[in-house]
This record gives sequence, structure tokens and C-alpha cells, in this order.
Amino acid sequence: MISLNVNEKDLQVDVDPETPLLWVLREHLDLPGTKYGCGVAQCGACVVHLEGEAVRSCVTKVKRAENKKVVTIEGLAENNDHPVQQAWTEVDVPQCGYCHSGQIMSAAVLLKENPNPTDEDIDLAMAGNICRCGTYSRIRKAIHVAAEINKSST
Amino acid sequence: MNPFKPKNQGKILSTVGGVFLILLVVGISVGMSEKNFSTEDYIELSSLKKDSVVSKEAFKKVYSVLMHPRCMNCHPSGDIPLQGDDSHLHGMSPQRGEDGKGVYAMKCANCHQNENTPGKHAPPGNPEWHLPPADMKMIFQGRTANELAKQLIDKSKNGNKSIKDLIAHAEDTLVKAGWHPAEGLSLPPMSHKEFKEAWVTWLKAGAYAPDNSE
Repeated sequence: MISLNVNEKDLQVDVDPETPLLWVLREHLDLPGTKYGCGVAQCGACVVHLEGEAVRSCVTKVKRAENKKVVTIEGLAENNDHPVQQAWTEVDVPQCGYCHSGQIMSAAVLLKENPNPTDEDIDLAMAGNICRCGTYSRIRKAIHVAAEINKSST
Repeated sequence: MNPFKPKNQGKILSTVGGVFLILLVVGISVGMSEKNFSTEDYIELSSLKKDSVVSKEAFKKVYSVLMHPRCMNCHPSGDIPLQGDDSHLHGMSPQRGEDGKGVYAMKCANCHQNENTPGKHAPPGNPEWHLPPADMKMIFQGRTANELAKQLIDKSKNGNKSIKDLIAHAEDTLVKAGWHPAEGLSLPPMSHKEFKEAWVTWLKAGAYAPDNSE
């Protein structure tokens, strides 16, 4: 039995400790917002927050999350209104949308650590999140918008 | 069977002998482990005197390991790590960052786990995975043997490590990770034991830098 906190809830899951966190989230905890992309940490579709860091859940074994805090796209904000989510809607970022929970989770870590990122900061932070629809320019724009939303709300 | 031998004598003797041997081995091991040397290393290396020929020859072996992709890939000349047996720039261009552990959503440990992830092209792992920090880059890529030897013992460039610290560094968990590559990646050109022997020999024999012509 593995104990972990997911989206502010203390949970126990009866799984092999070697199971990837992504499987636990999607198959055992019914949180399908996090997506499976490549399975080898190369695309970023599966990014969730583990103790505030943007880990790739497809290669993160659930034993690493034991007794730790995990946040998925479902728990990023109570009403799906995190500044990054608001900005994503305002800019109408996604095309197919498959990679965007990972994109949003990575962008949220960037803004937490750097509330006013430059284009270069955004490129550095988001280089590991691939979008095959090529929405990169809208992603960059939305992150600037999210930074503005953050500023106006504080 | 010797009929004059008391029953169980052989067993008792072998037990006493075994206990003595265990105590001896444990005693030696404890003493040696404090110095990060095996018994064999201690016997072989404690008598080393300064000798530029021995030292430089040892460094040639050290250099062949440090310039191998398993070591050099995390000691790049730029701020992006290298990857693979051809030492190409790491995909996704992760950055060194101040502490050598990456930046923002691109920190090393976001992909690199405590152990190797199974499968080809999956991330290798170690609990300490990182590059040298920004204020002590310890670049291997592009360095000659002469340059690298001098850089390694320069306290202003090696994180203020003494010769003793450098000797102990051969047992660093991330150094040793080079000998546990992820699937499909090559091993350094000698065992960790041979590397350590050459490393300690180089340092204890005077840490001489090979000439550029050597």
C-alpha cells in the first residue's frame, strides 16, 4: 500500500511501488487529465507537480511519490481558474489539446519561480514540452498573459 | 577420519579460526573504509612517493575515462549537457542553472529518476543527477590532458577540494554512476576499480600534468 497526497487528498493505493505514477493517476485514481505521450520522458504530456516540481509521471515510479504531494491538472486550481488556465482560454492556445495539461503544468512551475519571464525564460522552461500542432507562439503569448493576470490579482 | 581426534574438535577449531578471520577482516575493512581504500589499495598505494613519470602515466588512464561520454557528457563546455555515445547536445536543451540541477520546469530530476529507467533512450538515473554548478563548471569537453590535470587540482576551479578530498571523490555516487549506464550506452574504458587505482596513483605520486606533447 502506497500513501500519497493527490490534489490535497490523502490517499492510499494498492499497487506495485514500481508502477509509473501516470498509471496510478489515470487507472487507479480516475484522473485522466494527465496524458500518456512517449513513455520515456521526452515529450512532456505527462507532467504533474511532485512537491512543486514538474516531473514526468510516465517515468516517475509511484514509490518516489510516497508520502509526498502530487498535483495534477485537475487539482491545479479549484475552479480550473489558475492564471495559466485563464490565459490559455483567453489566448485560445490549444489545437488538438492533447499536450496541454503537460504544457500548463510546466508553465505553472515557471511562473511560480519567475513571475515575470522573458521570451528566453519561457523557451528554456518549455523546451521539454512538445506540441505537434505547433502552438508554440500561442503558448509563449499565453504565459505572458498569465504573468499579467498574476500581477493584477496581487 | 582420525580416531584419536576428539569429537567436534575440527568443528570447534574451524569455528574459532573463522571468528578470528571475520574479526580480522572486519577490523581491516573498518580501518580502510574510513580512508575509502580497500585493503589491496592501501597496501599498494601507501608506499607511493612523488614520481612524475608514474603520476603522468596514471593520468593518461584517468584522462581516457574522464573524456569518455559517461563522464564528459555532464562536464560540457557550454551550459547544456551532452547525450549519448556521440556526445551530442542533450535533446530539449536543458540548462545547467545556478546549482547545476536545471531550471524551472526543466530540472534534471524531473526526468532522471533515482535509478536508470528501463528501455533504450530512456533517462539514466541517480539520486544526485546534476551538472557541476555555474560557479564551478569543471569543464572536461575540449580540455587537453595537461589542461584537465591542472584544472582538477586547482582549488579555485575544483570546488576547493584538497588532494584528500579528490581521492575520496572517486567514490562519489555520481562518479560511480558512470559504470551503471542506461540501456544501450557504453561503459568507460576500464573498471571503476582500475580507474580509482589510476586516480589515486596520479594524485599520490604528485598530481603531475602530462606535457601537451605527451
